[in-house]
Amino acid sequence: MAGPVLEMRSISKSFPGVKALSEVNLTVAAGEVHAICGENGAGKSTLMKVLSGVYPHGSYEGEILFEGEPCQFKDIRASEQRGIVIIHQELALVPYLSIAENVFLGNEHASRGIISWHRTLTHAAELLRQVGLDESPHTRIADLGVGKQQLVEIAKALAKKVKLLILDEPTAALNDEDSRKLLDLILELKAQGISCIIISHKLNEIARVADSVTILRDGQTIETIAIGPEGISEDRIIRGMVGRDLEHRYPERTPEIGELAFEVEDWSVRHPIDQQRMVVDGASLNVRSGEIVGIAGLMGAGRTELAMSVFGRSYGRWASGTVRLHGREIRTRTVPEAIGHGIAYVTEDRKQLGLNLIDDISRNISLSALGKVARFGRVNRHEETKVAESFRRTMNIKAPTVFTRTGTLSGGNQQKVVLSKWIFAGPEVLILDEPTRGIDIGAKAEIYTVIADLAAQGKAVLVISSELPELLGLCDRIYTMAEGRITGEVARADATQESLMRLMTMSAASSNEQV
Amino acid sequence: MAQTETTPDSSPMAPQADPGPSLGGVLARALRGNVRQYGMLVALALIVVLFQIWTDGILLQPLNITNLIQQNGYILILAIGMMIVIIAGHIDLSVGSLAAFVGAAAAVMMVKQHLPWPVAMVIALVIGALAGAWQGFWIAYLGIPSFIVTLAGMLLFRGGTQILLQGQSVAPFPKGFQSISSGFLPEVGPRTNYHNLTLLLGLAVLAVAILQEVRGRRQTVSYGLEPLPIALFLTKLAVITTAVVAFTMLLASYHGVPIVLLILGALLVGFGYLMRNSIIGRHTYAIGGNEPAAKLSGVKSKRVVFLAFVNMGVLAALAGLVFAARLNAGTPQAGINFELEAIAAAFIGGASASGGVGTVMGAIIGGLVLGVLNNGMSLVGVGTDYQQVIKGLVLLAAVGFDVYNKRRAGS
Repeated sequence: MAGPVLEMRSISKSFPGVKALSEVNLTVAAGEVHAICGENGAGKSTLMKVLSGVYPHGSYEGEILFEGEPCQFKDIRASEQRGIVIIHQELALVPYLSIAENVFLGNEHASRGIISWHRTLTHAAELLRQVGLDESPHTRIADLGVGKQQLVEIAKALAKKVKLLILDEPTAALNDEDSRKLLDLILELKAQGISCIIISHKLNEIARVADSVTILRDGQTIETIAIGPEGISEDRIIRGMVGRDLEHRYPERTPEIGELAFEVEDWSVRHPIDQQRMVVDGASLNVRSGEIVGIAGLMGAGRTELAMSVFGRSYGRWASGTVRLHGREIRTRTVPEAIGHGIAYVTEDRKQLGLNLIDDISRNISLSALGKVARFGRVNRHEETKVAESFRRTMNIKAPTVFTRTGTLSGGNQQKVVLSKWIFAGPEVLILDEPTRGIDIGAKAEIYTVIADLAAQGKAVLVISSELPELLGLCDRIYTMAEGRITGEVARADATQESLMRLMTMSAASSNEQV
Repeated sequence: MAQTETTPDSSPMAPQADPGPSLGGVLARALRGNVRQYGMLVALALIVVLFQIWTDGILLQPLNITNLIQQNGYILILAIGMMIVIIAGHIDLSVGSLAAFVGAAAAVMMVKQHLPWPVAMVIALVIGALAGAWQGFWIAYLGIPSFIVTLAGMLLFRGGTQILLQGQSVAPFPKGFQSISSGFLPEVGPRTNYHNLTLLLGLAVLAVAILQEVRGRRQTVSYGLEPLPIALFLTKLAVITTAVVAFTMLLASYHGVPIVLLILGALLVGFGYLMRNSIIGRHTYAIGGNEPAAKLSGVKSKRVVFLAFVNMGVLAALAGLVFAARLNAGTPQAGINFELEAIAAAFIGGASASGGVGTVMGAIIGGLVLGVLNNGMSLVGVGTDYQQVIKGLVLLAAVGFDVYNKRRAGS
């Protein structure tokens, strides 16, 4: 194989409070398909954003060589001019423009600002043939399925004379048939000399198309494995992905597990727009009081969707399923109903869904249970302040006063505010979705202690997390999810990172094979 | 009366992190986060002083102050409702037309059908509530943008007005009805040089205001929170006292308190309290600040938004009645551009275009800034053409200043 088309050397990138990448090296040979694997948060997307200029030169350390030349991209346009094109998991197409308009968006066939439709359409038709998409260039994007939209994205990349194509989770939203077609196309492009980086959680796909695979973990390169003609075993990749040291400290606790408290049975949810897709498919789980139960799963496994749907049907369209509390079926059709039954959901997205960032700490904490500091509909500001003040102390929220706007707090302190809000609501069941995402180690340890305390008080706690050591350190029992299904249930004593990862990467296709 | 209302962040429970902070530090902290509203209060004071000098003292003459209140009453009523709608993250373009429609309906009921005027007023307010419910239904429950729904409402109610009145003004109204706009508090007791009841009312307002402040301070202490330093607290009481006394004397030396001011004062106190202290008020802020987060916290956002529009409808109706009473006629041309004045008042008074921010007091301050500008410029002989230009620039400057401030604060 020819020399490297891309070399990224000692790339480091920090965000306030977090080191996202540390001395990462990546070498992609010309004309190969190079896979990048790693858990959620391992730094895959950050690395690609560095490469494509989303994070401009100067905001990271290290150097990038493309076709042997050092590159200093100041934005996406600069990297695209060199022939590096990234296709994100969330497609960047304008739904109400045609295929042809989208393919050449920002890159129009035009002279003096006037678009030549003739050239646009003929070129678009040519590109569509190349990617094997049998649609008129006039078709609106909104009328295409996700699989075909993905092909339009690739045609758009080709229009930019792509040399290195980066695909971030390209098949996450695709069905088997579309996935197969897409992978074939990647191999076809490779034959035409286009190099490709593919980020994927689906190990069987990597085994099928990739020539080599680089594994990232906690922002560091673990290893690069060349895949020979004999292929690679999924276990080999998993070993690299999860071999993380258990560095965080987890509170010592002796669980006092009581009665069955919270049960979800046969829960199914349809995608809000694409009604054919079952985002959650017949999921059942239960939590006892005093127990901490984890849900492990990779991006797109349907964990958050399951939790939000159970919590007042806040995601997608409910298709089937029941919720029971202490053995009695309860209605959780709306959020107030769910809260009324003592369920709390701490969202993974605290900025968008957890906090009112323009309001202060005290008013954020009281929001979901204002009735507790009010009489006859009148909020007692003094009482509210007192409550917030006591949470500020017990949760160690680092802010000058409870009148500090939550938007100015660090991630860890914001998370403590959100947790305070839900603890104040006095729930019996807490669903914590990625409770420690994006926060520093100190705050993480504090939050683990809070979670352990909640369980000790007899609450049923369900923790969704992408960090396997966290689940292993915290939970009494762990469920795994993949593609909307519960694929396993493991007691803490029997769980290892490897065994969980195997269950988490079990696709419907491969699980069928096993049966 | 307006001066007795305190804003939430100036309440004596302004917190302190460290013991014994400097006076300036406390002041700065009490003011922070509310720069725009305090800024506008200062701006209002400056504008008043400026025009007071420019008009050789005419501006603050009792007659002119009374005029000012009566001329701007209906805009201020609208601004209160508009502020709440904007806090919830919406907008209402229909209020001018709705005010006209309700005024027209009241005119038809009183003049043509000879209904007693109190009955007509109640029916008119119900019509306003129904119109608000109609719009709130489309916005809250069907998810149609409020801009579109109320733009439709603007046309709808304007057309309805013309249909009701058949293109003609309907007049005159009974005396009792006219007094809601041009009437005054009745006079009692011996003849003095001042309006007795107004003096008594001013005294009562002052007593209640000081009592509230003292009680608030005592509560703050009883909850173990640190109150405002005593010096600052006394200064605050002195300012309140001076303002109430001065304003009372001013009004009492003419005809006394206009009825409109009583209505406005009641609305200001009522809605100020509602937005500050009630659960539904708090929910309104939460929805405007982050609707998805509010929903996931169990806030029934649809109902709250619906009610905000019902309330706007009622207030638009009230404004329509006051305006009709002032004109002593229901006319097809009533209420034109009222929505723009009300929206401008809300934004000048500290609302945020993205919702979640603002106070009822702010709407009043914003409305007064516009009102004093109008009145002052007319007094010194600036034509309406230039008045519009200046008001436009003031709106832009007020919001621009705020955006600049926020950006500098890094938020």
